[in-house]
Amino acid sequence: MTLLSISQVRRRFGDVVALDGVSLDIEEGEFFALLGPSGCGKTTLLRILAGFETADEGTVLLSGNDLTRVPAHQRPINLMFQSYALFPHLSVAGNIAYGLQRERLAKPEIRQRVAEVLERVGLAHAAKRRPQQLSGGQRQRVALARAIVKRPRLLLLDEPHSALDRKVRAEMQLWLKELQHEVGITFVVVTHDQEEAMSMADRIAVLNHGAVEQVADPVTLYGSPTTHFVADFIGANNFFEGKATASGLNTSDFGQLPARAGAVAEGSKAFLAVRPEQVTLNGGALSGRVLDVSFYGGLSRVAVSVDQRDTPVLVHQHGAPRVAPGDTVGLGWAAEDAVLVRP
Amino acid sequence: MRRIGERFTLLGPGLGYLTVLMVVPLALVLSYSIFQRGRFGGLVYEPTGENFSRLFDPLYLDVVVTSVKLAGVTTLLALLLGYPTAYAITKLPPKWKTVALIALVLPFWTNFLIRTYAWIVLLSPAGLVNDALTGWGLIDEPLQLLYRQPAIVAGLLYAYLPLMVLPLYAALERMDDELLEAAANLGARPARAFLSVTFPLSLPAVITGCVFVFVPSIGNFVVPELLGGGQTAMVGNLVRDQFLKARDWPFGATLALAVVAMLVVLLMIQAWSARRLAGEKNA
Repeated sequence: MTLLSISQVRRRFGDVVALDGVSLDIEEGEFFALLGPSGCGKTTLLRILAGFETADEGTVLLSGNDLTRVPAHQRPINLMFQSYALFPHLSVAGNIAYGLQRERLAKPEIRQRVAEVLERVGLAHAAKRRPQQLSGGQRQRVALARAIVKRPRLLLLDEPHSALDRKVRAEMQLWLKELQHEVGITFVVVTHDQEEAMSMADRIAVLNHGAVEQVADPVTLYGSPTTHFVADFIGANNFFEGKATASGLNTSDFGQLPARAGAVAEGSKAFLAVRPEQVTLNGGALSGRVLDVSFYGGLSRVAVSVDQRDTPVLVHQHGAPRVAPGDTVGLGWAAEDAVLVRP
Repeated sequence: MRRIGERFTLLGPGLGYLTVLMVVPLALVLSYSIFQRGRFGGLVYEPTGENFSRLFDPLYLDVVVTSVKLAGVTTLLALLLGYPTAYAITKLPPKWKTVALIALVLPFWTNFLIRTYAWIVLLSPAGLVNDALTGWGLIDEPLQLLYRQPAIVAGLLYAYLPLMVLPLYAALERMDDELLEAAANLGARPARAFLSVTFPLSLPAVITGCVFVFVPSIGNFVVPELLGGGQTAMVGNLVRDQFLKARDWPFGATLALAVVAMLVVLLMIQAWSARRLAGEKNA
């Protein structure tokens, strides 16, 4: 069932178009990610959903109800701020109780719900502390507790892990995903970090220049990107430019290169994208000279320079490198491992 | 040890200036309070507690109470006027912020005495305010505005209002707007968000502003002298009169000591509450 329906939302700030007709449907109970580089409009979209910004055009429906004229404080949507925005003058428990007090709930009920959520986020011992006395990961859990204690229809998370160090981040990602299963709230996470989006989200919308490039689950997004931007933004890819044909890509420099049919009409301009781990170093359509080899334990990264090409072709090999710089190698891939994408 | 040395290098000049030119004279004058007055003024160096018991004479106590009342009313009005002003300035576009802040301190470029005389021109029976009121037919007879306690409050308020606005402005300007968005997101209407987030977070500045206004107000003797009609309306006048008119230095010193003691207590309360509030912020 569709919980949130965003259609044709536009927003400009002066000359800058932040959102250029964005349409998205988000399902009930889904863990959805808005992924894009900074300036892609994802934060503006989040602020429109929370009610801090208004769209110039377009509608946002929550369970079929138009949100456009609903002020921020009346929306059944809660946001976990990137900075957490915890109230420094209130204790942890006070921060969490704040939203419940605004609902004019009875004191015993507030106490009980605060205690429950503190237990859930594992901060029962810290109820009386101030936010400043907590670590980054603890603050994030308070911010999250403050949002979920309201039992919102939709929980927005703005760059949830950007302020955390790498190790804590991985823990929190796992924990957040478990939590989402437990509470069953629909999560929309905004992030520029593809790993974060890929590891947590059920579906991801990739945004670029205020428009949606592709909406798909992480595996599809990685394996079958539809645009050059998505193929480039998510993971590493080798690109070749040319025209789409029935069996691949016709390039001016390398002739016909094999690829499976993608989202591109035959005869139109396209890019062929092939992942480094899909390229083999024996035989195939191209040949080149090994420029550089680096060993990363489980995998070796090989850069191969190919005539007529500005950027080297990247190849990942399992285990230790089996080639050395200066070697002449062939470059090949199976047609089903390369995909054609729109420019 | 080196750090202590460095600190004193920086502190030294200012500290020296204050010690030699303020603390020492002040301590000297205040020490007069334990001595007796000479027959023709001056001092007799014989210790006595008489000056302190005179403090509780209703005649003087009344003046102290009146002073506290007038300074208190001034402080309260300054807060009620200053808070919205400071808040409004933070909402201005950057260019107008500068203009507003300059306008706020502009009166300080003119001598305080001259500005207080201007209030006589405004409030006198033939002054601007009465002229305007009679001109519009609102009143038949000019009102007696001058030489009353409200005139003193008006003068003090005018003089010290910027001292309330500036610390409040600094605090409100630093306020994180995201906290208000968080409040709205959690269901607080704008008025509730202000009362539950903005105001409590500005409390240290409120206390600072109140002290900044109250302290010079209670010690002021120029405004009550000029706008209060030369009666010994406030403790500042009383101190001045003891030194210059009654030639009773010991009792003048005792009164001054009483005021200083009161202010020290007040500043201690302010420092304590500021630290408590700040401690909650970054403990």
